[in-house]
Amino acid sequence: MNQSVVITGLGVVAPNGVGLVSFLKAIQKGSSGIRFYPELKDLGFSCCIGGIPEVSEELKREYLTDLQLRNFNSSGILYGCIAGMDAWSDAGLSATEKVDYNSGTIFGTGMSGTEKYREAIYKVDAGKVRRLGSTVVAQTMASGVSAYLGGILGLGNQVTTNSSACTTGTEALLMGYDRIRTGQADRMLVGSCSDHGPYLWGGFDAMRVLTYKHNDTPEAGSRPMSASASGFVPGSGAGALVLESLESAKNRGASIYAEVLGGAINSGGQRGGGSMSAPNGDAVQRCISGAVRNAGIQSTDIDLINGHLTATSKDYFEIQNWSQALKLEGLHFPYVNTLKSMVGHCLAAAGSIECVASVLQLKHDFIAPNINCTDLHEDIVQLISPDKIPRTIIKKDIHIVAKASFGFGDVNACVIFKKHK
Amino acid sequence: MKDKSRMIAELKTIIKPYVQDQEAFGNLDEDTDFINDLKVNSANLVDIILDIEDKYDIEIDNESMEKMLTVRAALEVVNKKLGHSYDSPQE
Repeated sequence: MNQSVVITGLGVVAPNGVGLVSFLKAIQKGSSGIRFYPELKDLGFSCCIGGIPEVSEELKREYLTDLQLRNFNSSGILYGCIAGMDAWSDAGLSATEKVDYNSGTIFGTGMSGTEKYREAIYKVDAGKVRRLGSTVVAQTMASGVSAYLGGILGLGNQVTTNSSACTTGTEALLMGYDRIRTGQADRMLVGSCSDHGPYLWGGFDAMRVLTYKHNDTPEAGSRPMSASASGFVPGSGAGALVLESLESAKNRGASIYAEVLGGAINSGGQRGGGSMSAPNGDAVQRCISGAVRNAGIQSTDIDLINGHLTATSKDYFEIQNWSQALKLEGLHFPYVNTLKSMVGHCLAAAGSIECVASVLQLKHDFIAPNINCTDLHEDIVQLISPDKIPRTIIKKDIHIVAKASFGFGDVNACVIFKKHK
Repeated sequence: MKDKSRMIAELKTIIKPYVQDQEAFGNLDEDTDFINDLKVNSANLVDIILDIEDKYDIEIDNESMEKMLTVRAALEVVNKKLGHSYDSPQE
């Protein structure tokens, strides 16, 4: 049996907005969440800017108990819990006294609790392993975020964490979609989160894939699709979506944001130009065209592409892959935007935050602006019309959005969202 | 040996954050069991031990720790470590 799968709840913790209301306002306005962090400068980072969501102590306490916050030092899990709990209540659901065997979560991450792990390593090296206490395991295990959410909400279906670098969030969504479509669950909370800070971002700084040219102009630092793109800006946060069978949503009288029509996940096998850090273009195109086919649409049905588009030299290659996979170019190419111009690259959280942004654009009929690309890359504008890369918000009835994420390890995921009538 | 009621008050401050049954906590006495009465998550027992170590500047070995399941047992271990032994020779 193939169930229709709809989205009934959203939650987001992003560098430019925490909570749906402020995030929606930020992406409509084109507000950057990128700031300069003196800590990074003091540590000798080349890139001293980044995206960190603003979460006050008071806000933390609205989501986690005093006991949960005791010796708590895992920013990704915090962001994941806030986004996940928000999505759950946005869907009109609440934490249950009894376990709910029809609801589960697939909530991904790249690493958990890097700061917490650092604390633990210092203690272990000092011969003080017994001083670690009980909180290290839950905050540093990869599945920490899904374990926290499962416990808070009382989820009794599959509770797990996926990990596939920057594809993680979009992959989680498609994994949850499959689970509902095949009748194995009624509701799946899907999403992903990422820590912030030097211990996670340092490896990228060392690879010289981050921009070092905008330490004095942080808000202009993330420049996808522009001629002056000089590397990505690291971000952090979490996005969460409640997926639900159409039947369950109708039975509950839940309001529906959008429908998940289908998608595709694959890998380029690190062959054919693909590597640990570079995509195999053939695989990217197969992923996109596979998603279009699985969704049962034509490429001309797509109103908006929410790209991966990180602000590296690979942006042109991505546009080229979309263009070839969809067999559309020039003015026939759909509108394309990337949230990364505002929030940077939120790594494992990127896919889910961007899926939330995609669904909000569908629901509220607008195309968010691409900021910082006044100087479009000339190879890109030879392939697609500059009119298709909006620099200011476009208010427009849109019906179908294609969202893709690509990640280290040559992995790809693409999902197709449709407005629910 | 320290004044017992003062020590129980100090212990209460330490274990309060971990307690899941506030009513039992209100009626806490020497016989109170951390897990069965106060519904402290067993994983948090090690955190209580660490907090006690910090408070009294002592180190509690594994064997003593295993015994510290009630208020009475906790008081005994702490007093022993502080050198206020009731019935066993000082270490």
